[in-house]
Amino acid sequence: MTDRHPPRRVRVVLADRRPSRRPVLRGAEVAEQTELGRELVRGLVRAQLAASIRIAVLALAVFAPLPALFAFVPAFGQARVLGVPVAWWLLGVLAYPALYLLARWHRRQAERIERDFTALLGRDQDEHR
Amino acid sequence: MTPDGSTLSLVAIALVVLLTGVIGAYGVRFARTTNDFLVASRTVRPAWNAAAISGEYLSAASFLGVAGLIAGYGPDALWYPVGFTAGYLALQLFVAAPLRRSGAYTVPDFAEIRWGSKRLRALSTGLVLIIAWVYMVPLLHGAGLLLQKVTGLPRWVGVTVVAVVVTLNVVAGGMRSITLVQAMQYWFKLVAISLPVLIGLAVTRPGVTDLFTGDWADAGRGLGGGESAAEIYSLMLATFLGTMGLPHVLVRFYTNVDGGSARATTVRVIALLGVFYVFPTLAGVLMHQAMPPPAPGQADTLLLGMPVQVVGGVLGAVLAALVAAGAIAAFLSTSSGLVVAAAGVLSTDVLRGRVRDFRTSAVVAGLVPLLIALPTTSADISRVVGMAFAVAASTFCPLLVLGIWWRGLTTAGAFAGLIVGGGVSLGALVVRVVPGIPTGSLESPVGQPAVVSVPASFVTMVVVSLLTRSSVTPRVDAMLAQLHLPSAARRIGAGH
Repeated sequence: MTDRHPPRRVRVVLADRRPSRRPVLRGAEVAEQTELGRELVRGLVRAQLAASIRIAVLALAVFAPLPALFAFVPAFGQARVLGVPVAWWLLGVLAYPALYLLARWHRRQAERIERDFTALLGRDQDEHR
Repeated sequence: MTPDGSTLSLVAIALVVLLTGVIGAYGVRFARTTNDFLVASRTVRPAWNAAAISGEYLSAASFLGVAGLIAGYGPDALWYPVGFTAGYLALQLFVAAPLRRSGAYTVPDFAEIRWGSKRLRALSTGLVLIIAWVYMVPLLHGAGLLLQKVTGLPRWVGVTVVAVVVTLNVVAGGMRSITLVQAMQYWFKLVAISLPVLIGLAVTRPGVTDLFTGDWADAGRGLGGGESAAEIYSLMLATFLGTMGLPHVLVRFYTNVDGGSARATTVRVIALLGVFYVFPTLAGVLMHQAMPPPAPGQADTLLLGMPVQVVGGVLGAVLAALVAAGAIAAFLSTSSGLVVAAAGVLSTDVLRGRVRDFRTSAVVAGLVPLLIALPTTSADISRVVGMAFAVAASTFCPLLVLGIWWRGLTTAGAFAGLIVGGGVSLGALVVRVVPGIPTGSLESPVGQPAVVSVPASFVTMVVVSLLTRSSVTPRVDAMLAQLHLPSAARRIGAGH
């Protein structure tokens, strides 16, 4: 993270009620919203969205079948591992590390996409290191 | 509860309330400008911010309610804590970093920045207030029950005490004093629930097989509301997607340094919540085994009696006081977050955004839920809190997700979707709360409306946006660039 250079404290107005007139970017293609710049940004958004959807689908694949399984295949949830029913293991214990790992994996993917994009723009300057 | 035990609990509760007041008063000395007052500085580190978000998020619904639900309903109740945690995964995947980069402090800000529409902003403001109040009313009810259980005082005392303390504290300190306090709140709540549970387990030493016996231990029986699977799926939708629309959660994300650290914060929040929820789960299991089943409407206070009944003696009384202190801390912290969020939108959108306006707004934001909570009751606070999640999932979730990722979401589409999603979910809430309205075959969707209202909202937004396609302006591309460009890439643009 940005630990070595603590960011300067900035006074921030609660909400900038006016939509910003000028886009934040200036200079490069991206900033000037040229056709190329727009395509670059669309590529970035698509890549990020694809990464997010991949993880969301994975999370769905893990969690979505469970209520149906528990309701319609009772033997599954009632089977015991070390004396504790499977349903308790899955929902009471394993769900949390699973969510954590998915979140961490997404963070890595998202940051890699941003690094690649930043490198593509020119200078290999990294927000996250 | 023994008299001396309840005295101890009352002292613990009074201490927490007093401490909250002192810290609030102390914090105000540092808050000089409106900016300090509302958003601290925008340089809160992920480690602190994650603890603060978790501290604020873990309401009494998680502290008392989840344990009570698990003791009553068994493994199906585990979907509440799992959903409360999974909500942060969805928040991270689709909202956290882009929302932070948008510079929006609240959803109304986002609505105006993204679409430049005053009407959309006003509608979002109304929804923020509704969600905050729907969330806060059951918390106040819980506080009333807590004080009644510990002291025998009538219910309205606890309801009023929490509402007044929270309001005064927010009026005095704003958010500045809260970041630190909320972070410590997480650790305090963790100790206050883990210690009694672990000691309770150590004292009773139950065999593993004794803990999971009978029908109770089997999943798939539902939460007492008809079809189990349908009910659970609706609950999953509400909690998985509702977290991203909760006003007190979003406000905290604004204090991240940048989009990347918003993600880092979310990952940590999931870890902290995962650690915390182990203990309400264990508490539920232990209470089911060692205590008689709760009377209807008493599940929320079951945990308060656990230490005295299971551990007993002086240690039991001390642990009971610890649980009571943790519970009141939980009521205060989440309610504070909700009042800050509601007061924030009231002061900028209805008033003129000065410190004085914020204070006026805080009073309104705290009094409205108090007035609603006094004449009403709610059993199982977690389930009523679930309704706030359902409203958020049916309104702000589609607005944020589609608004961030789809350039084609038009003002009209967003507006229509908010009306439909908000209308259906709030309609279900009203039907459920007001007695005498027949629900017939709609019993299940009324109790858990998300399965209907969330898809309805998404579909409405998409269809109406496609119909009003021509109103998408080229400005949207610049807007999306701002949401998705990492700050490193922006610096390159700026330095050119």
